[in-house]
Amino acid sequence: MESKRASFEGALEALGVTVASTTESELEAAVTEAVTEPAVGVPPDEAVADEAFSLTETPVTVDPTPVALREATTGVTEAELGIGDYGSLVLSMTDQASELVSLFVERHVAILYEEDIQPDMDAAVAELDERFNETGESAIIATGPSATADMGALVKGAHGPKEVHVIIVEEEA
Amino acid sequence: MATADEIRELMRTEGAAIAENTQGFNTGRYDSVSDLEDYEDLKRAARSIKEDAIAELPDLLDQLTETVEANGGSVYIADDAADANEYIRDVADERAADRAVKSKSMTSEEIEVNEALEADGVDVVETDLGEWVLQVADEAPSHIVAPAIHKSRESIAELFNERFDPDEPLETAEELTHFAREKLGEQIIDAEVGITGANFIAADTGTMALVTSEGNARKTVAATDTHVAVAGVEKVIPTVADLHPFIELIGRSGTGQDITSYVSLLTPPVDTPVVDFTDDETPLSEFDSDRDFHLVLIDNGRLEMRDDEQLRETLYCIRCSACSNSCANFQSVGGHAFGGETYSGGIATGWEAGIEGLDVAEEFNDLCTGCTRCVNACPVGIDIPWINTVVRDRINRDKDAPGEWLVDGLTPDEEDDGAPLQKRFFGNFETVAKLGSATAPVSNWLAETTLARQTMARVLGIDPRRDLPTFERQTLVDWAAARDSQITNPERRAVLYPDLYTNHVQVERGKAAVRVLESLGVDVVVPPAPSSGRAPLSQGMVSTATDHAERVTEILEPHIEDGRDVVVIEPSDHAMFTREYERLLDEPAFTDIAANSYEVFEYLFGLLDNGASTDSLSTVTGAEIAYHSHCQQRTLGLEAHTVAVLEACGYDVVTSDVECCGMAGSFGYKSDYYELSMDVGDRLRTQLRDDGVQDRPVVASGTSCLEQIDALLERQPRHPIELLAT
Ligand code: SF4
Repeated sequence: MESKRASFEGALEALGVTVASTTESELEAAVTEAVTEPAVGVPPDEAVADEAFSLTETPVTVDPTPVALREATTGVTEAELGIGDYGSLVLSMTDQASELVSLFVERHVAILYEEDIQPDMDAAVAELDERFNETGESAIIATGPSATADMGALVKGAHGPKEVHVIIVEEEA
Repeated sequence: MATADEIRELMRTEGAAIAENTQGFNTGRYDSVSDLEDYEDLKRAARSIKEDAIAELPDLLDQLTETVEANGGSVYIADDAADANEYIRDVADERAADRAVKSKSMTSEEIEVNEALEADGVDVVETDLGEWVLQVADEAPSHIVAPAIHKSRESIAELFNERFDPDEPLETAEELTHFAREKLGEQIIDAEVGITGANFIAADTGTMALVTSEGNARKTVAATDTHVAVAGVEKVIPTVADLHPFIELIGRSGTGQDITSYVSLLTPPVDTPVVDFTDDETPLSEFDSDRDFHLVLIDNGRLEMRDDEQLRETLYCIRCSACSNSCANFQSVGGHAFGGETYSGGIATGWEAGIEGLDVAEEFNDLCTGCTRCVNACPVGIDIPWINTVVRDRINRDKDAPGEWLVDGLTPDEEDDGAPLQKRFFGNFETVAKLGSATAPVSNWLAETTLARQTMARVLGIDPRRDLPTFERQTLVDWAAARDSQITNPERRAVLYPDLYTNHVQVERGKAAVRVLESLGVDVVVPPAPSSGRAPLSQGMVSTATDHAERVTEILEPHIEDGRDVVVIEPSDHAMFTREYERLLDEPAFTDIAANSYEVFEYLFGLLDNGASTDSLSTVTGAEIAYHSHCQQRTLGLEAHTVAVLEACGYDVVTSDVECCGMAGSFGYKSDYYELSMDVGDRLRTQLRDDGVQDRPVVASGTSCLEQIDALLERQPRHPIELLAT
């Protein structure tokens, strides 16, 4: 566990992605600190988290209108998996519009449960293989901010977010 | 074919940007793959998945069709571009689309879907920033991964400022990117249809993988309600789990990133709600996700390629661009010379021959010199130079034979008599060399006369600026025959292969090799032998090359049976014996010669490693030297042996790391390519003139490399074996 986490954080750092860690009870405070307003979000899936994470006690507008989404600076969503060797996040594409919230913003804040960090790409793809076969779902493997070198130098924030921040939720002691 | 003038113009206008970018990608690739412990295993896994998938393609297509339809999408298998476009036009028409947004895909370039839709009044917008720059500039892509690689930041700024006349002139990469993002962002949310490619499609779940770094493919899919994915039929793989090696390899191989920012794994239609971006009342989750998905799989010659023993491998290609980036000629001219209707770079010959035809492939096929620098770079292990050779052979056969009076004696195998005169001349250089030695020094004097040079230029396209080889009257074989072995109790016994150049031109390096081997206790014989077939092979004269291969084997086999090792001085001939002969000979004959052949320094390394001492060699203490290895030697992993032996003999060695010297056999002799050859060579010259290198004597292993370095530098290069002979 420790080494997965350490390599994940090392990889994030190399990508220029910032990381904070917190516990379930402190999550709202961590989110509040991480966002730049105006912020919109999709709360973590209830299957994983309990009601405490509705994000209602944060400055994040949950289930915003499309116009609010376009005006927002930050989008908060859950990440289903972390991938240790690459610092990648697996983002879902739910009917709650998580895809829009993580993409149409400048700053993406991803909430990731520590136990969902996979050691490497091999393990992550194996898990996705299993899931997709059961549920037929889709996902994005997102690694660092969006980027392009098409204009003559590397620029972050091409079509998608310019900044990514990961909040790792640890188990309560 | 790009003319010498066109090549010169591209080198001048686009060369610098292409060289800088491709070299950056290569540096990234070398760094990134060196971090992968299981790089070779991943490549093997990727190759075997593609091999199996292409073998089972019809079944996989059936399975995929079933899955996609069960998911609620449609699948259409299009015979060709027109068929695919007709289907896509119908989809756009049914959706009453005014605008389609498109994320970069080679297959959609191949069918030219933009033009088809625009004819119906649909506005098609490229969302990949590089692709969009080209759309604005009305130019064609010059690279399969980085389409606008040939454009500098300055030229993009100029284009945007002129076209869009922004309030503040745009200048920096940040400003240009931001401007494009804003402009495209508006157009994306306004579009009805999203068109994407698909890098891989898993038959078991219908999941497709899309690799991008900008996020434009994500937006293209999320912001539109009708998704059309266009892909070649060869993109299907069995399962989602099979994606693993490709995800690890594709970014590293192409741009040298460990992974690109986004790998979308979409099992369409996706659940993301389709929203009206101007709505300020309805929460996102209350929009429904009424989405249409169409998978258009294109044959366009691919199923025939699948039945073609030689072209089939092309279908394993994952379009990563590593072969383009690692290609020295591509670095100088880019895809506008080194490419066809759609595809560019090394593997483009296979693609264009398969989907467009030999005539399109012919236009740039000769830009592959067969140096093999791309071979180890390709993540699916495609022998790209071999595909180029096969296509060249087919192009030759398509031609009428040139005037018989000129080619008498130049084509031993009449199967190759379709090759153009220039190709036949270089392909049968053995005949020329024999004649040259037999009549030296008259031949050398004659060849240098103005009249002769003019005739060679006119009839054979040999550039007058290139020095010709000087033939020696006494060949290495003659010299060896006239002397007795110096060894009584041999440690080992070897046959030194007298390659064409060593035998007729660089006789001194042959003599040096014999002396060095003897001083390490090796009994050496140098029998007369045919040339390896490298020359005809590189001209696409495969049956002549096969004939050479068979005759070489006849000569060498008895020596091998007699317990002798085969030692080869010329790396390109050693590569023939251990690589290309696999294609030309039956298996036992190939295995026999491949297993018993050694490049001369590889052999010396082995002798020293097994206890031989450098005492009997000419050694130094700390003398500085610069070493340029040979492309094919590096592909085979044999550069290190020369370095190690030179170091064991006391040299302080620096090595060059540019991809290639630019000469590649006959390439630099050809008028059409002389300047390109020198442009590539310039990168080597720059390295050899670097601080700390500029005073070092230069040694090089390959004949062509020696000739090129000789042309590039004041310092005359030598073969490293000449340093060691006492
Ligand atoms: S041939 Fe190999 S190296 Fe070239 S683009 Fe295809 S996969 Fe990449």
